[in-house]
Amino acid sequence: MTYQEKKSIVSIISAILIFVSFSAYKYVRYPEEGLEPTEALRYWGSFVLVLTLVSILAHIVISIVFNIVFRITTGEKEPTFADELDKHIELKANRNGFFVFILGFLLAMGALAIEQPVQVMFVTLIVSGFISDITGSVTKLYHYRRGV
Amino acid sequence: MGKNLVGNHIRKLRFNHDEMTQQQLADKVGVTRQTIVALEKGNYSPSLELAFRIAHAFSMPLEEVFFYGDNTEE
Repeated sequence: MTYQEKKSIVSIISAILIFVSFSAYKYVRYPEEGLEPTEALRYWGSFVLVLTLVSILAHIVISIVFNIVFRITTGEKEPTFADELDKHIELKANRNGFFVFILGFLLAMGALAIEQPVQVMFVTLIVSGFISDITGSVTKLYHYRRGV
Repeated sequence: MGKNLVGNHIRKLRFNHDEMTQQQLADKVGVTRQTIVALEKGNYSPSLELAFRIAHAFSMPLEEVFFYGDNTEE
């Protein structure tokens, strides 16, 4: 299995771990009694913001650890540049990821339009962000294995 | 992916050029070994620029390295 394939798999696993563990951490801290609308907005706003920051930091750390483990276990260096195949696959992954996110964004706006609670809109947005991340990594894995 | 119509003789040509490794060819044309693997397996059609660089690495005309047709190597 190539470096890029392993990296895509690590990216999928880490995205799932980060999302599930952060959501579980926040879930137990969710106020049991109903929130005021302004408090609810603040809660979900901080949820999205902190999840984004935690996710970026965790991805950086996991990427560094992965590169170190890859070097030790295979004795190879990770590719230092992205060639035209890598860029081609990256573009396809971004396209699919954005498509999923836009779909989730529209669903979230639809939830507001049909007068669903604001939580539904935020949960839809957060889940679509997570699925778009996974979609991007799965797209990369697929194209590295099956070709472009 | 079954729709690749640009085939190539890269594998055969590498062996005819002192059994050049995929990594050596990759270094010569400025791509990763993964890309050479994908080209040889018919999983990727190179850009025109890369196709010319590969042909140049073998000192051959483009049409003797790449062919247009089905994706099975002749």
